[in-house]
Amino acid sequence: MGAYIDHFPREAKLIRSAFYTSFIMLALGGIFGVIQTLHRTDVVRFIDSADYYTVLTAHGVFMVIAFTIFFLVGMFTWAVTTSLERPLEDMSFSWLWFLMMTVGAVITGVTILLGFVESVDVSADVLFTFYAPLQAHPLFYIGLVLFVIGTWLAGADWFRSWWAWKRENPDERIPLPTFMVLTTMIMWYIATLAIAVSILAFLLPWSLGIFDHVNPLLTRTLFWFFGHPIVYFWLMPAYMMWYLLLPKFAGGRLFSDPLARVVFILFLLLSTPVGIHHQYMDPGIAEGFKFIVMTNTMFLLLPSFLTAFTVVASIEHGARQRGGDGYFSWLKSLPWREPAFTGMALAGLMFAAGGFSGMINAGMNINYLVHNTLWVPGHFHLTVGTAVALSFMAGSYWLIPQMTGRRLASKPIALLQVVLWFVGMTFMANSMHRSGLIGIPRRTAEPQYQGFEFEAALGSVSELNAQLAIGATLLFLSLTLFLWNMLITAFNKSAESPGENVIPTPLSGPDDSPAVLDNMKLWTAIAVVLVILAYTLPLASIVSRGGLLGRGGDAFPVSIDYLALFAQVALESAAGLV
Amino acid sequence: MNIHRYEKLWLVAALVLIVGFIATITYGSVGLGIAMIDDEAETVNPEKLNEHEDFGEPGVKQVGENEYEVYVRAWQFGFDPGSVEAGLDPIEVPANSTVTFYITSEDVIHSFSVVGTNINTMAIPGEVSSVTVEFDEPGEYGILCAEYCGAGHHTMEGKIIVHPEDEYAINGTDVETGNDTTDETEA
Ligand code: HEM
Ligand SMILES: [Cu+2]
Ligand SMILES: [Cu+2]
Repeated sequence: MGAYIDHFPREAKLIRSAFYTSFIMLALGGIFGVIQTLHRTDVVRFIDSADYYTVLTAHGVFMVIAFTIFFLVGMFTWAVTTSLERPLEDMSFSWLWFLMMTVGAVITGVTILLGFVESVDVSADVLFTFYAPLQAHPLFYIGLVLFVIGTWLAGADWFRSWWAWKRENPDERIPLPTFMVLTTMIMWYIATLAIAVSILAFLLPWSLGIFDHVNPLLTRTLFWFFGHPIVYFWLMPAYMMWYLLLPKFAGGRLFSDPLARVVFILFLLLSTPVGIHHQYMDPGIAEGFKFIVMTNTMFLLLPSFLTAFTVVASIEHGARQRGGDGYFSWLKSLPWREPAFTGMALAGLMFAAGGFSGMINAGMNINYLVHNTLWVPGHFHLTVGTAVALSFMAGSYWLIPQMTGRRLASKPIALLQVVLWFVGMTFMANSMHRSGLIGIPRRTAEPQYQGFEFEAALGSVSELNAQLAIGATLLFLSLTLFLWNMLITAFNKSAESPGENVIPTPLSGPDDSPAVLDNMKLWTAIAVVLVILAYTLPLASIVSRGGLLGRGGDAFPVSIDYLALFAQVALESAAGLV
Repeated sequence: MNIHRYEKLWLVAALVLIVGFIATITYGSVGLGIAMIDDEAETVNPEKLNEHEDFGEPGVKQVGENEYEVYVRAWQFGFDPGSVEAGLDPIEVPANSTVTFYITSEDVIHSFSVVGTNINTMAIPGEVSSVTVEFDEPGEYGILCAEYCGAGHHTMEGKIIVHPEDEYAINGTDVETGNDTTDETEA
């Protein structure tokens, strides 16, 4: 045995490249994150408010499209090769998908950033949701298409490994890590189909001037068809770490393999037919559909509840293996000095908090109060911004040495880093949730209005802003420490062994669980049927109301023209006042 | 398959909780009759709003004794009526009235969000959102657009003024907008 790099040197190189790319994206996203926080809270403003939306688009896309998914492909490659104990089938194919993803991300990223350059008429200030009729430059959509096709090929690569393995091991259960990868990818194929249709059939031709119109409600609904499951695409690698690595770091092993399978199947089945819960406030969708979707969403809580149980039980088991006892005093026996463990444990804790605010979002009538307020980013900085991002960073403290064969540069700094993220996020999320409750909107450069003020129930708006700014600063500091640690580790000369690349076998294994759990075809079929049931009627109704290509309404490239238009309107109305 | 006893208990508890949530919300929306934004209103052509019977001349219309309809057009970057900052009229209704807002957009997706209330809906070109509200007390409310709509999004705001019943006259002609003066004359 040995480190991952000792077994799979070629794969380790690919995985390293994916991780490093994701860290670069994280760094960029973080810079924009802190700029926008200081701007909207009016602490430091050095950009134009019109450019705020370029910054916000960049933050969203770099964080949740690039950072998370580049990390995911590295993680999944690790999981498949480790658990099948076989190298990838064809490295040049693997480099091809990685290259495609990178080229796509660069094209989209550069198109967004060109929004800052006034002399170039290219921009994509459409945020990561790109709701039409807001229009981006065609390159923005083209980059996204390349990136997504890259992920499809990556999935094909992992399926290919599994098929090859199955031929040699016809009677064995799918190893759990591979099982997780396969179910997650099936979900991703289903979900991305909608965004592929939305971009290729509507948005891209429209941005190229082939069509005059699109149906804004249709493309928006297709976005959320994809937009909810992508949330689980971010989350699944983190869940995978909690199931596979966290118990190991705690000194034990996973509690139950079969239940882990059940959880991933539930995610595959339920995560797509719920997207309309992002559209409770949209006209043109019947209340009944919204209600069905809400019910599905509530059931989607189940796999997360089950995960909470398994993870806590596995950690407790680990602690008892390490000599812990008592009802709660076993907590003291956990390896709190290990940044990988502590980071993931804190991430899990924040996920629980994020779960609670998520339940509020999901309630279709309570949603009126918080929809599009800062409450919502408050919620998802706990989930994707911490449960996922902090788990990825913590996991990197173990994974990067595995992939490089080099020792982690500084453990104490790593420990400080994960704690700092937790503290920073506590400030930021607290402020965002409370600001949202008093109605302060998200996605707004200057949430300071002329005709009215927000009234804080406790404290004041300036106190909320101060918390937000402090939180963001701590997060940025934490991010810097992380990146610095990774950089030094990458160039660390000491070739000390980073430990074994093993995933401990679960306490109760897969053998006594029904074989049907591993029937990928069956679960795919059920997932597809559920999606058809959930979406056929709403989509048909949207198309019959608004037409496939919409009716009227111009395209709105978000660019300088708008400022001119706005200035003109302002002037006219000023003249009207005089 | 071997499932631990505690895990079974937990599973049951989680399911009960989920069903409980659904029941609460069902009661909240069906039992208490809180209406959702839905597909009841007819679609409109966003390029021909000027020719539309109601949106052609957006504003407040009295439809019953204490019942009003308000047609609002959202555009980059304001509400008509509503955006006082852009030189347009505020939305003015009397207290003790039932008001139904009909909202659509001329250009991109916006929202019509009344600060401090749960009046919050998208304004989608081609679609019409309708929201019915009871205004009991006189007062003023801010409106903002909470859906990103372009470079001037943060400037998109408006105002609703709920006048005391006896001081209200439709179309704003007889209404004194300054609250101070009304206070002097009437209260
Ligand atoms: C340095 C740490 C971070 C800071 C200071 C930060 C700050 C913020 C703030 C203030 C907003 C709301 C802006 C607005 O709506 O006007 C925001 C939005 C967002 N953040 Fe972060 N964030 C950080 C890290 C992250 C991470 C790690 C992720 C995900 C992996 C993330 C994902 C997002 C997304 C998806 C949005 C929504 C973008 C949109 O509305 O289009 N952020 N962030
Ligand atoms: Cu969702
Ligand atoms: Cu707006």
